[in-house]
Amino acid sequence: MSININGSPTNLPSDTRVSLLDLLRDHLNLSGTKKGCNQGACGACTVLVDGERILSCLALAVQYEGRSVTTVEGLSTNGLLHPLQQAFIDHDGFQCGYCTPGQLCSAVGMLREVRRGLPSNVTNDLEGESITLTRDELCERMSGNLCRCGAYNGIVYAITEFAETTK
Amino acid sequence: MNSFTYARAADVIDAVQQGTRVHAKYLGGGTNLVDLMRETLEQPSALVDVSGLSSDITEREDGSLLIGAAARNTAVAEHRAVRTRYPLLARAILAGASGQIRNMATVGGNLLQRTRCTYFYDNDGSRCNKRTPGQGCDAIQGFNRIHAILGASPSCVATHPSDMCVALAALDALVHVTGLDGSRTIAVVDLHRLPGDHPEIETNLRPGELITAVELPALPFAQRSVYRKVRDRASYAFALISVAAALDLDHGIVKDVRLALGGVAHKPWRALKLEASLKGQPATTQSFLAAVEEELADATPLPHNKFKVELAKRTVVAVLAELAGDIS
Repeated sequence: MSININGSPTNLPSDTRVSLLDLLRDHLNLSGTKKGCNQGACGACTVLVDGERILSCLALAVQYEGRSVTTVEGLSTNGLLHPLQQAFIDHDGFQCGYCTPGQLCSAVGMLREVRRGLPSNVTNDLEGESITLTRDELCERMSGNLCRCGAYNGIVYAITEFAETTK
Repeated sequence: MNSFTYARAADVIDAVQQGTRVHAKYLGGGTNLVDLMRETLEQPSALVDVSGLSSDITEREDGSLLIGAAARNTAVAEHRAVRTRYPLLARAILAGASGQIRNMATVGGNLLQRTRCTYFYDNDGSRCNKRTPGQGCDAIQGFNRIHAILGASPSCVATHPSDMCVALAALDALVHVTGLDGSRTIAVVDLHRLPGDHPEIETNLRPGELITAVELPALPFAQRSVYRKVRDRASYAFALISVAAALDLDHGIVKDVRLALGGVAHKPWRALKLEASLKGQPATTQSFLAAVEEELADATPLPHNKFKVELAKRTVVAVLAELAGDIS
């Protein structure tokens, strides 16, 4: 039983109760992914599974056997920050930083959803082929990631800039 | 969390054989069940992972759409046929939860999610007839702002939390289930139960029955349909009131209408009285208001949720007016 974490095959725990979040943090010492509410309300534990954003606190690790997980540690390459990480620094997209790994992974997954044309609750035309990432669209799509410091303006600027440079 | 075995179901028969065992539970995305297990509100000894079973979305020759129960919420909302033919369903799903949760949650799991009544979750501090039958309900005398105004009982005033199910109720969706005795279909409006004396029994599924698919019958006028959700914040919150509706007009007269309410009852509330009252009537705000007042005549609000009756009326009238276009 194996799961791929940031490119490395890893054994799954024998205890079926271990969440994907606890596997990352407590078994693999990948403490970048954060445990906020541990009940699916805050988004701090967001990771990517095969490129799709999910909440690792509501996931049992065994459910993800054979899948590829990317955490915030897996976003950088060769020690270089992911451009979205740099944009968060440039735009003060955080204060305490606790929600940031979840914001980063969520935004990466969110932008993939936008590129493939997935509508959101604020999309006017459900039948449209493409999505324009307005501020309303961005905020709605990121609403599953709370920031108790209230760094939302910086987060929106950072994601907007990154989205525009990677169009 | 108690310990449990975990196995992936190879197919429906394998799932049902495993799922019929005592204290086994089916696992979809886990977004509700894992949380309930962590809170010890659910203590299965075996999880049967059915998320690998059919997630196909198939347009059938009779005009219906068949959605495999393992389809993720995102996949349903994204599907072209859902977006064009059943926009109220795409809208309902997109109004629920967050992007992350919609990527995980399955259709089958969404149907069977449990109430978010805070007293149900308050394992150590409150009485709850769902958790411990016969214990009593602390919500009735408590903070019941989010609770039911229709169909509740002295045993339970909880609401069903799903947005998706409200749209399915309006669409007369059918739920396909398989058990050891074979397969059958249940109208989605008959899947969930009102609380009565047994709020711990939430559906009419037989022990071990597995939801395998949801069928949306052809309904051409659902192309013009709306889901409106009123909640305490603009996103990522459960409904105070929601309305799923489709309206078929013929020269300003209501030819047909489908309407269901969320956030008001122990199950998605199909507004049959409103529908019967509106058919043949002119599409005016007066007739919309008269019809919703008839539907809500039996509403019995609690001390903290009286606002829901007026909110439901206004939301229904606004939704029907939107569907009818510019009317006075």
